[in-house]
Amino acid sequence: MIPSAFEYFAPASVAEAISLLEQYGDEAKILAGGHSLLPAMKLRLASPGVLIDINKIAELRGVVINGSINIGAMTTWHTIEHHDGLKSACGVLPEVVAQIGDIQVRNRGTLGGALAHADPAADAPAAILALDAQIRTHGPGGERTIAAGDFFTDMLTTSLEPNELITAIIVNKLGAGEGAAYAKFPHPASRYAIVGVAAYVKMNGDKVSACRVAVTGAGPMPTRQGDTEQAMLNSDGSAEAIAKAAEEAGANMDVLGDIHASEDYRRAMVKVYARRALTTAVARARR
Amino acid sequence: MTTITVTVNGKPYTRDVEPRTLLVHFLRENLNLTGTHIGCDTSQCGACVVHLNGVSVKSCTTLAVQCDGAEVTTIEGLADGAILHPLQEGFWEKHGLQCGYCTPGMIMAAADLLKNNPNPSDDEIRHGLEGNLCRCTGYENIVRAVRYAAEKMNTVNAD
Ligand SMILES: Cc1cc2nc3c(=O)[nH]c(=O)nc-3n(C[C@H](O)[C@H](O)[C@H](O)COP(=O)(O)OP(=O)(O)OC[C@H]3O[C@@H](n4cnc5c(N)ncnc54)[C@H](O)[C@@H]3O)c2cc1C
Ligand code: FES
Ligand code: FES
Repeated sequence: MIPSAFEYFAPASVAEAISLLEQYGDEAKILAGGHSLLPAMKLRLASPGVLIDINKIAELRGVVINGSINIGAMTTWHTIEHHDGLKSACGVLPEVVAQIGDIQVRNRGTLGGALAHADPAADAPAAILALDAQIRTHGPGGERTIAAGDFFTDMLTTSLEPNELITAIIVNKLGAGEGAAYAKFPHPASRYAIVGVAAYVKMNGDKVSACRVAVTGAGPMPTRQGDTEQAMLNSDGSAEAIAKAAEEAGANMDVLGDIHASEDYRRAMVKVYARRALTTAVARARR
Repeated sequence: MTTITVTVNGKPYTRDVEPRTLLVHFLRENLNLTGTHIGCDTSQCGACVVHLNGVSVKSCTTLAVQCDGAEVTTIEGLADGAILHPLQEGFWEKHGLQCGYCTPGMIMAAADLLKNNPNPSDDEIRHGLEGNLCRCTGYENIVRAVRYAAEKMNTVNAD
């Protein structure tokens, strides 16, 4: 199938992209890796009149690691998956990304594109929430930074303004006593998450001193699991403590059923995958 | 219409295209290179895989205008004249195809896989070809074909 006709621009700078967004308003869409947008356009689920392709903006690509980790919005899954610095600074990110789609999807798809698209079954949003990342954006009014927790607002909806561009994602390095993990039940054909759970744990001696858990795939948007996090906090991180905390997962969120998995089944899987993600995260935090 | 120049299988082509033209349609309809197939509308089957600047991509999910100035390799560009590429030879020798519809994409995806991992395990081959669907073979002989090619390429490189 062929998308409906559109005008095409390939700006070379962020400023140029933003002025195009201002000029064309609602008619315009950013084109990043194109692996969510182009399939939607082929099925005519989206028919933007203007595409602003940001692939030529070199400053949006690449990973810089110093105090924290700065990942350009246009960095592909492939780059993240194979980045040695990332593997040691925040290994859970390459681990999550290696489970996305297939090699060809990972060669084109980008972190910024996935966050802006906010597919309810996408993997990266769960990790971004569990890692408490910051999303840096540029708009006509300049730059702002949005906490991951404030970014996803509904199904396919974010707090990004229509004429704003995601430019980078900032993630903290994982240090001693910290561990993170992702456990995913993939759809067998698309590889999207039927249920995916990302967990971050910090151990202070024998006690859990910080914990964040986020679920994707199960509901309309990626969601932090406050009850599970509270149950983990100050526990000893034992198998019993994890099992108890995981029982709370999914309790306070909308869970959707579809032809792939019913609501009840997804609710059960949220608990199972929360337990698995927490078990690995605690083991890594103890290392 | 936008004028683009794309080097396909080593030969530059300059053509006028609409921005909405997908790379796969540009190859098949503008350049008559019909070896690259279209097997789905959902970017899931991999029948359309080609190499864009040396990296495997789904040509049904890439715009032709995005390839202006780029190098594209299709299944037609893989053989060295009359000498088949080891992957083509492997699919022949190991019976890696039945109807052949998935084969061009399968081979182009496998070529990218072997470039990054010259000696993959069977598991790594299966995982690496996750983006390619085959309705006929049951995949067993495809895995054998890729292993054959890997072994052949490694012997040639060792010589
Ligand atoms: C077959 C297949 C399997 C897949 N499997 C998975 C999977 O298992 N897990 C998973 O998580 N994902 C999966 N995906 C989705 C894939 O990872 C997408 O590439 C990704 O979600 C979107 O990123 P993109 O760069 O391709 O964005 P695009 O498709 O280019 O853009 C998506 C949306 O975001 C907007 N946008 C893009 N970049 C920016 C920016 N910098 N600032 C503001 N707005 C922007 C666009 O306007 C558009 O609305 C799959 C896709 C396919 C085709
Ligand atoms: S035609 Fe099916 S993935 Fe491109
Ligand atoms: S050989 Fe027929 S689809 Fe693969």
